Amino acid sequence: MHEQLAAVPRTESNWLVTCVLNIDFGGVVLYSLVPKSFLPPVPAELKGKEKPSSFISWAEPHTLTMASEKPILYSYFRSSCSWRVRIALALKGIAYDQIPVNLMKDGGQQFSAEFKAVNPMQQVPALKIDGITITQSLAIIQYLEDTCPNPRLLPQDPKKRAQVRMISDHIASGIQPLQNLSILNKMGERKMEWAQQCITSGFQALEQILQHTAGRYCVGDEVSMADLCLVPQVGNAERYGVNLGPYPTITRINKALLELEAFKVSHPSRQPDTPAELRS
Amino acid sequence: MQLNIQRPILYSYFRSSCSWRVRIALALKGIAYDQIPVNLMKDGGQQFSAEFKAVNPMQQVPALKIDGITITQSLAIIQYLEDTCPNPRLLPQDPKKRAQVRMISDHIASGIQPLQNLSILNKMGERKMEWAQQCITSGFQALEQILQHTAGRYCVGDEVSMADLCLVPQVGNAERYGVNLGPYPTITRINKALLELEAFKVSHPSRQPDTPAELRS
Repeated sequence: MHEQLAAVPRTESNWLVTCVLNIDFGGVVLYSLVPKSFLPPVPAELKGKEKPSSFISWAEPHTLTMASEKPILYSYFRSSCSWRVRIALALKGIAYDQIPVNLMKDGGQQFSAEFKAVNPMQQVPALKIDGITITQSLAIIQYLEDTCPNPRLLPQDPKKRAQVRMISDHIASGIQPLQNLSILNKMGERKMEWAQQCITSGFQALEQILQHTAGRYCVGDEVSMADLCLVPQVGNAERYGVNLGPYPTITRINKALLELEAFKVSHPSRQPDTPAELRS
Repeated sequence: MQLNIQRPILYSYFRSSCSWRVRIALALKGIAYDQIPVNLMKDGGQQFSAEFKAVNPMQQVPALKIDGITITQSLAIIQYLEDTCPNPRLLPQDPKKRAQVRMISDHIASGIQPLQNLSILNKMGERKMEWAQQCITSGFQALEQILQHTAGRYCVGDEVSMADLCLVPQVGNAERYGVNLGPYPTITRINKALLELEAFKVSHPSRQPDTPAELRS
């Protein structure tokens, strides 16, 4: 007996050319491209017709599935922007593969021609998912939110959504870019002082804003995209020696979030590319 | 007696590219509003007044008072308008196209503009123009590449989106800082097409309540 095959594209003459064979050996999954002749013939009733998009088949002893790869995240362990996306993927329970991009080695691997083809902006993170590549951490996170709505990272109420976006953008546009690697490299000796100024100035404002929005977390009592931005930015603050004493709300929320599994498993100290001496 | 419903209030500076983004959105969605100008240059920068700090602790424009709340950050404002006033839409329905719109918007709003905004330029001293040009050039090189995959008549396909609201003001900044736009034909074409639309004209820096006489068109 043969069932139908998932295939892209779907015309009869070439519908099997790009089929991916997914062989599950008790948990170890191998992907393999197979030649057309390897696969069972097209069922007679479907000959000459365009195959439906959800056309799935399997043949013993192999399991053929939809040609779906796991998402691939280009990430650097210490990049706060990458950490935001790692938290989102963990919260939403999305399995993915990581390709580390070391921002320091080899003059910065983000500048390689290979990576430039992935992301012309030459920055991490970048996510290959569902046949496209998305860059910019908040664009990635909101794509995950649009396609995988549970658990939600943006409230349903428009005013609360606006607060979540406002805080996220304050961090992702108003603080982090001013102290990211390419800017710091231009600051020379003033590097630490510059980073501290940017973060301090941004955190002073953020502490004020949180007085109006925060509950257990940045906006009310549910984890949101704002929290995904907060924790990595506090990580940056600590790395650049910013005194967090003046920001009790930021500190409290950060501590509460770091107790959650998604924030732990995505932590810079636990990534595939974390150096041994920084690994926890 | 008629109920007096307050119109939204936009705190804006005529030349602020971030304020311009929001002015375009309000115009496109046909939302009448009042403007309170905040002059970023006069009086040491009016954004630093205690009065304005109470409006926005981030001490930046734009800020929008609407429906009883104050929203800051231009893209947060625009997406609130999108959530509450969905027509015409500024974000496509398809999640992949939405991602492209957000990616381009964020590339401009996080990856280019903040690096050349006023507070940073003031710290650059004599290197100010050179710095602004570097930031914009670097960002536009990448953007020109990205647009090869996404653009139709506008940044993403053939409908005006939030990405276009970010593009035009950023091109305005590029021109102000003397960036040569020759290497960016797609950016240039899209910018030109957008500037023909009424919403982009009425919101233009040269036509605001606080536009100085010598810059008014």
